[in-house]
Amino acid sequence: MLYREAGDYKTTYTEDSQTFPIKLDRIGYYSVLIIAFLVVPFVINDYWANAVLVPFLIYAIAVLGLNILVGYCGQLSLGTGGFMAVGAYACYKLMTGFPDLNIFFCVILAGFVTAAVGMLFGLPSLRIKGFYLAVATLAAQFFLVWLFNKVPWFYNYSASGQISSPERTLGGIAITGPHTEAWAKYLFCLVFVFLLAWLARNLTRGNLGRSWMAIRDMDIAAEIIGVNPLKAKLTAFGVSSFFIGVAGALFFAVYLGAAEVGEAFGIQKSFLILFMVIIGGLGSIFGSFAGAAFLVLLPVLLKNVLVGGLGWQTDIAAHLEFVIVGGLIITFLILEPHGLAQLWRIIKEKLRLWPFPH
Amino acid sequence: MKLTKLAAVAAVALTAASPALADLVFPSMSYRTGAFAAGGIPFADGYQDYFTLLNERDGGIGGEKISVPECETGYNTEKGVECYESLKGLNPLILQPLSTGITYQLIPKVTADGIPLHTMGYGRTSAANGKVFKWVFNYPGNYWDAASIMVKHALEQEGGSLEGKSIVLLYHNSAYGKEPIRTLEELSKKHGFKLTLIPVDSPGQEQKSQWLQIRREKPDYVFFWGWGVMNQVAVQEAANIRFPMDHFVGVWWSGAEPDVLPAGEGANGYKSANFTGTGKDYPIFADIQKYVVDTGKAAGDGTSLGQVQYNRGMYAAMLAAEAARKAQELSGVKAINAAQMRDGMEALQVTAARMAELGMPNFGPEVNVTCANHGGAGVGLIQQWDAGAKKWVAITDYISSDRSVIDPLIAEDSAAYAKENNITPRDCK
Repeated sequence: MLYREAGDYKTTYTEDSQTFPIKLDRIGYYSVLIIAFLVVPFVINDYWANAVLVPFLIYAIAVLGLNILVGYCGQLSLGTGGFMAVGAYACYKLMTGFPDLNIFFCVILAGFVTAAVGMLFGLPSLRIKGFYLAVATLAAQFFLVWLFNKVPWFYNYSASGQISSPERTLGGIAITGPHTEAWAKYLFCLVFVFLLAWLARNLTRGNLGRSWMAIRDMDIAAEIIGVNPLKAKLTAFGVSSFFIGVAGALFFAVYLGAAEVGEAFGIQKSFLILFMVIIGGLGSIFGSFAGAAFLVLLPVLLKNVLVGGLGWQTDIAAHLEFVIVGGLIITFLILEPHGLAQLWRIIKEKLRLWPFPH
Repeated sequence: MKLTKLAAVAAVALTAASPALADLVFPSMSYRTGAFAAGGIPFADGYQDYFTLLNERDGGIGGEKISVPECETGYNTEKGVECYESLKGLNPLILQPLSTGITYQLIPKVTADGIPLHTMGYGRTSAANGKVFKWVFNYPGNYWDAASIMVKHALEQEGGSLEGKSIVLLYHNSAYGKEPIRTLEELSKKHGFKLTLIPVDSPGQEQKSQWLQIRREKPDYVFFWGWGVMNQVAVQEAANIRFPMDHFVGVWWSGAEPDVLPAGEGANGYKSANFTGTGKDYPIFADIQKYVVDTGKAAGDGTSLGQVQYNRGMYAAMLAAEAARKAQELSGVKAINAAQMRDGMEALQVTAARMAELGMPNFGPEVNVTCANHGGAGVGLIQQWDAGAKKWVAITDYISSDRSVIDPLIAEDSAAYAKENNITPRDCK
């Protein structure tokens, strides 16, 4: 009933291989875009931007990035926090070193710097796999955090080791700094999310994405059919780190405004983003958004319901939050080990037949 | 579909969350969970209980009721952002985040939004310069004062000279722990002691290698900048390597009951700086017992009354309430707003006589805030833990910090901040 596919014929190959082959999905996708770009900016307030939507969008970018590496190329990484820190510090150095440089390019360049660092730390992946690679990337995480703590050049010799983002504008509108309007912050992040999600989708269904997936599924077989593992693995590390670097730069410059490497980009961040990938679903663009939404929005929602709505004490609410979020993660993973994306896929299959399953 | 339903619930919950805005709002950004809760809980309880007392006994401040909405930050900057945004909508008069990391984040935001920020004895030290930091206050003392007070105490113990001595700074590897380094480096040049820096990564449950290094280097003093669970671990480790405890001195955030009790007898003689009174021997506690604890309105279970962090929370609340009173007096309005509150804070004077009147004689240093000086007097005392009697004993009078070293540093750091953020320092008469 919901999905009426009768009469929805595909007459060209392009039509047949589009991202949303079902008409209703397509309508849904375009209406989400219209709402996100044309409605939300007019109704958004500071709370919704800073506490809900901006962190969601930024985490979505990071999860997309890690999903490319873990979900599409099968290379397990625990260095996400460290790579986000690279993005953040690169953005900070660019912002303070070149005050006239447009913030948009600062973020993009920070992404490229992170891509280079990511490829460097991706080199061990040519020799080691699986858990051993996870440990090598864990080393990257600890090394990078240590580096940004140890070398004062990275934080411009400030007394406290904090980096804080100065005000930068885009076409006269503040994007970073305290005077930023909620809608500007939101739209800036949304544009990045849109562009990068589009890029990720098209990379993963093209030649490059297919070579990543071949490596993921069986690297020896992939090599025999002519996939170059060096190229595939390093591009996966590069593209993934680019996404994560952009996320780190936005996380520091637009969302937090000031950051301290150990606290903002510690090992917990690596785990958090990996959990988002796993809960959302490995190797799925939709799953990246679903996973980020689950772990960003749910705690905020619970806090508002328990403390704001029911008037409970903050400590009880905070502890219950751990219990509920943890319980839901376990429940979801037992119900559907392949994550929210697979859950959605099954629901969609059922909806296509509903209400006449036979 | 599930998500849209959740979002609908969220929207309903958010709109239902805002209470009536008639009161004077003093939010409590607390952390009752996580690795830093040992310090966060008693402080938040003291902060809240003092305002409850004012509501119950005096009917608020100048007849205006007080509300203290609480928000759990978990000492985490991301949750801090969420808390700030949700509290901002309640028209708060003053924010006290009790976290140096969150303070750094909030300084530009409160300046843009016009909300006074009071970071009592923590935060960005150079905020003491009111000419640059219009909305930020850190009276009655800051980290650089603490460092100088600790060095002065060591000087006194060594008979006036630290020439050739060595001091280790064991610190939380964050903005909080790094704050005193600048001052200690200056002081080491001035007094000729050797300074060794040993960082401990947050949260600080693992300090074996650091204490091994201390054992190897055998410093004359260990100065300690820890918070939360890190304090208990450090005191225990010091006891384990039999470091002479009276040469182990913590900052004022590293010297409370929960920090030393786990180490038992081994903690005896451990010292820390402090700027508020300890114990319950103040007339105000009778009132708190009567109006707050006995009526079941206490924020905690009542056991932390008189503890170091509880008293400090109370002192912070007292300073905020006195500033609000001053603001009411200056503006002639009872229901003051944040801008009037800021003026009140800038004109705040808390004399010894006033503290005695409030039932807190000699509870803390006198405070005298001016337009140019948001940092107050910068005095503190050294206290020592008596493990037998299970209480902190003040062993010195109030020591004033070495202004000749600190003032130029404050001027330099705040000038750098002003330049970075294009702030023209205000004229102060």
